[in-house]
Amino acid sequence: MTAAELIAVAAFAGGVYAQAFPAFGVERRGAPVQAFVRFDNQKVRLRSQVYEPDYIIVQDSTLIRDVNVFQGLKEGGIVIVNTEKALNYPIPHGVKVITIDATSMALKHLGLPITNTTLMGAFAAASGEIGLTALEGAIRQRFSGELAEKNVAAAREAYEHVKGAS
Amino acid sequence: MMEFMEGSHAVAHAVKFCRPEVIAAYPITPQTHIVEALAEMVANCHLDAEYITVESEFSALSACLGASAAGSRVYSATTSQGLALMFEVCFNCAGMRMPVVMSIVNRAMGAPLSIWNDQQDSISLRDSGWLQFYAEDNQEATDLHYLAYKVAEDKNVLLPAFVCFDGFILSHTYEPVDTLTQEQADSYLPRYAPVHRLDSDNPISFGLFASPDYYMEFRYQIDQAMKDAAKHIAKAGKEFGEMFGRDYSDMVEAYRMEDADFAIVAMGSICGTVKDAIDEMRKDGKKVGLLKLRTFRPFPEKEVRSALSGVSRVAVLDKNISLGAKGAVALEVKDALYGSGIPVLDYIIALGGRDVRKKDIRAVVEMAGKGKGDLFYGLRQELLQ
Repeated sequence: MTAAELIAVAAFAGGVYAQAFPAFGVERRGAPVQAFVRFDNQKVRLRSQVYEPDYIIVQDSTLIRDVNVFQGLKEGGIVIVNTEKALNYPIPHGVKVITIDATSMALKHLGLPITNTTLMGAFAAASGEIGLTALEGAIRQRFSGELAEKNVAAAREAYEHVKGAS
Repeated sequence: MMEFMEGSHAVAHAVKFCRPEVIAAYPITPQTHIVEALAEMVANCHLDAEYITVESEFSALSACLGASAAGSRVYSATTSQGLALMFEVCFNCAGMRMPVVMSIVNRAMGAPLSIWNDQQDSISLRDSGWLQFYAEDNQEATDLHYLAYKVAEDKNVLLPAFVCFDGFILSHTYEPVDTLTQEQADSYLPRYAPVHRLDSDNPISFGLFASPDYYMEFRYQIDQAMKDAAKHIAKAGKEFGEMFGRDYSDMVEAYRMEDADFAIVAMGSICGTVKDAIDEMRKDGKKVGLLKLRTFRPFPEKEVRSALSGVSRVAVLDKNISLGAKGAVALEVKDALYGSGIPVLDYIIALGGRDVRKKDIRAVVEMAGKGKGDLFYGLRQELLQ
């Protein structure tokens, strides 16, 4: 949910209307959850969950075995997967998959395997929907002091990693 | 100022600007971030209020009732089972004419245990004498708190008020909210000036014994105050619009109803999804409109009758069920349209957090067109074998 919130905050800072919400279920850190983000040039009124996303971010690649994470993804959609290995999974036609070892990057910068800000950086680079400045602003709004700067560094490395790879 | 906030926090900030003097709440599961945020504001001296931690929801509302009787502006928030535990005190607040304002973050009632959204909790307090407002989005959820205090405390009303907004769907959603400043809030909502209050120099009593010779007149006066509240809502809603640009003078909101042949009636966050579905159906040439109820108590009977007078069919979406009868909104709409001959079909929908998509709204319209209604929408038949 933190990642969804940060993406929405950055999108809103970038001048669009944004909406972020969790798939309401187990409210426990680390449990498998879904969260959704919509942004648009006009007010978002729709309240249903997102069934046909343009982008999918998978924070834990081991979930791919249990959940069809590609379900509903639009043609030309982008999937960002946090994994240290190449993805051993059939990729649907017309889908672009970007893999990134966000856990190692998060461990390096934060000392913890919390990948929200790292994957945000990857999302910003892959999608072009939010800029690096807005993203850093959103991180500094959510966290303070040294923690904010560590997260900014994590996001920036992921951003540059994905930019460099594409 | 437009701020990007979680619904619960946006409401907590609006409540802070309403300057409650006493807040009492109990952290039952489920509770929300609202009272957590307010507790923090009080602890950090950002809000000058007495925050009373109590041992149950019953005590939370009892503390609010007592503080209100002493002349304070009071606040609490609750949801589902917590509200159920307040049942007795809810009637006392209304009966003693205490303008308590409480956020109801709508959630389903157990059993079976559910933490998810529907509107069964507040609807079940339909007859308790509280004003009931329902918000479509977090903007309304915040604005309606200012309105609720203004109307509840009006000396011609003096009734408690629920501000209801859908649990999770609004309370846990981050979206932009245009927030007021403290100065703006103060100019709209001055300090509470109680007409009657507990005062040892001038002793009075509240909530005394009423024998059969007196009881009915008390009930009649509460009912009259509730019905009269309609014009005070109109006045307070208009004033809000003049000051801040968002007009709440109408207890209902009509969306694309001008030339509508078919009307959907709904309350709360589902209205956003309905509006998007209507835009799609309009593109297909279907003349569908929405009548959104922002106020459920008092029930805007005349407004509903007038808004629906030109349609040939009505579908009501009820996120509640009066078991053994129909959805509570449908019952009211049928009553309002009695004698008009306009068919009203009821759809019990989205109970216990089941998601509603645009295609579901289209399906309801299609079913209603065939005269198929008064049913639970979207039942999983395989579970009912």
